[in-house]
Amino acid sequence: MSPLLEVRDLRVHFPTEDGVVKAVDGLSLQLERGRRLGIVGESGSGKSAAALAIMGLHQPGTARISGEIWLDSTESGRADLVRAGAEQVRKLRGRTMAMIFQDPLSALHPYYTVGHQIVEAYRLHHDVSKQRAYRHAVELLDRVGIPQSGSRVDDYPHQFSGGMRQRVMIAMMLSCNPDLLIADEPTTALDVTVQAQILDLIRDLPAAVLVISHDLGVVAELADDILVMYAGRAVEYGPASDVFAAPQHPYTWGLLGSMPRWDRTRSQRLAPIPGTPPSLINIPPGCPFHPRCRYAELTGGQATSVRPELRPAGSPEHLVACHLPNPRRAQILADEIRPTL
Amino acid sequence: MGIYIVRRMIAAVWLLLIVTAATFVVFFLVPRLAGATPDDLASRYAGRTASPEVIHQIAIKLGFTDPIWVQYGRFVKGLVLGADYSTGPTTVHCPAPCLGYSFLTQNPVLPDLLDRLPVTMSLAAGGALIWLLAGVSTGVISALHRGSVFDRAAMGVALAGVSLPIFFTGLLALSVFSYWLGITAPGGSYTPINENPLHWAYDLLLPWITLAFLYAAGYARLTRAGMLDTMGEDFIRTARAKGLPERTVVLRHGLRAALTPILTIFGIDLGLLLGGAILTESTYSLPGIGKYSVDAVVNNDLPKVLGVVLVGSMFIIVANLVVDLLYAVVDPRVRYQ
Repeated sequence: MSPLLEVRDLRVHFPTEDGVVKAVDGLSLQLERGRRLGIVGESGSGKSAAALAIMGLHQPGTARISGEIWLDSTESGRADLVRAGAEQVRKLRGRTMAMIFQDPLSALHPYYTVGHQIVEAYRLHHDVSKQRAYRHAVELLDRVGIPQSGSRVDDYPHQFSGGMRQRVMIAMMLSCNPDLLIADEPTTALDVTVQAQILDLIRDLPAAVLVISHDLGVVAELADDILVMYAGRAVEYGPASDVFAAPQHPYTWGLLGSMPRWDRTRSQRLAPIPGTPPSLINIPPGCPFHPRCRYAELTGGQATSVRPELRPAGSPEHLVACHLPNPRRAQILADEIRPTL
Repeated sequence: MGIYIVRRMIAAVWLLLIVTAATFVVFFLVPRLAGATPDDLASRYAGRTASPEVIHQIAIKLGFTDPIWVQYGRFVKGLVLGADYSTGPTTVHCPAPCLGYSFLTQNPVLPDLLDRLPVTMSLAAGGALIWLLAGVSTGVISALHRGSVFDRAAMGVALAGVSLPIFFTGLLALSVFSYWLGITAPGGSYTPINENPLHWAYDLLLPWITLAFLYAAGYARLTRAGMLDTMGEDFIRTARAKGLPERTVVLRHGLRAALTPILTIFGIDLGLLLGGAILTESTYSLPGIGKYSVDAVVNNDLPKVLGVVLVGSMFIIVANLVVDLLYAVVDPRVRYQ
């Protein structure tokens, strides 16, 4: 059986006056039904651009999208969303694939009650009466843990707290029981105490989840698989346990090192990645990470000339796009990286 | 809510008193500062051949020699209790609310204004409907096709609409459509709607379009800016993520949010217009409140000026109140504060 979502060599390019911004530049990934894939990377690594491309939410005319996005929908079968018509993709949105966003306050319409917004999504894809749709909305609010859902269904988004709003958002996107849920920084705008509740909620969903975050903690909580993105492409991709236990890419090492740790002294606590994310107009030749990589010189010039492809390292499912020879990387991991993790 | 409305009403009464007092000061005090005596003012009512003694008698009789606060007090008293005006041989009773009595036309002001109100209301209502439909739809299309030929052309026309004065566009429209093509009324005529609705619309068509052109231009620009703003909002992306058709996204989600500021401006524009569309009425010689007020100012007929100012400011105050109340209806975030 084919995977629910299969992305092949996806490119999302934005032509601008200064040049072509290559937000996503050759991304491939797979997501099986019921599994959760986490995409991590810095701001500007192309995570959100890739998600919006899957949803078909880029404005026509502003983005040039190429590659293949195969979605295997229960209702309408397998289709390549890049080649499908806008109308076909629109009908899949909300029903087969849904998306929740970072800031639930601005993502909900301020002038409509939450009930109205849920019902609107539900009735769009289901031919039911308003009363039945409202009952469904109340059930959904109940399911995502909103107390007194029967009366709160008539409240407006501004009357909810941040965490409750994200629950409303999730309820709205669950209304049609989608196969795929894309969660773009679902907890970034929330209090830490609320974050855990929302993550629990997402983890218990039956849908396959594509979760996007800059926060490795969030991804570690949720994901079965992890894809680390840099300059619009995957640099490391594998089962979450492997990626956390034996990270392979120097960029992943950097990400792990730049997570604040409470169990370290202040001077050891943070090790930021030097430099800044690359310009997406002039992506560095060779390995895009080489200007910031401490180990670039160990590749014998390859890092500055050849763009590395994903290849297995550590285990067969664990892929890394790095020119470091595997034995050398294993040695660095053991000597330098593991002691700091 | 009820208390809020009562409070606003009380504030409105104060505001009206201040506005009329200011008008009083301008029209009474300024001529005196310029050196005109009460007798000079009275001479306008006394006929060409009157002797200085007669003029002085008239000045006393009309109360022009009283201190200004006494005269203002008399005006306010007339508003509340009504007033009697002696015109020489007879006495005219002006029932409350008495807006004053014009000694030039020998008429109380209020009935005159009420006669003219339907003209102004017809003009304002028809014009408003046209400019709202034309302006908002132009703005929406322009925003959705930003930078297109339509957008550029519409915004160019809108710029012209905002900048060209009505006495220019009005006269141009008159000469082209009425005199050259002969398809619209030649101006200067008004048929009440209850007499003949078709004729009413025929007479008002050109004034409506002229007036609407000026306002539609502003509304198109406002709507375009508002739509460009809201269509970039996160909740629009959410609406699309739900799978809503683009038409619903634009109208139910985008325009709905962009309409709030337009509603505010619309209420105030309409209130302002009901106090008299001075330029349009003058250009087309429509016997409305605007024309009335121009005549009053030209003839220095203070009671009429005061009456127009009072009625005009009342419309603006009421329009503001209505807009504020509507805001709560339109924007739930206002309602619960």
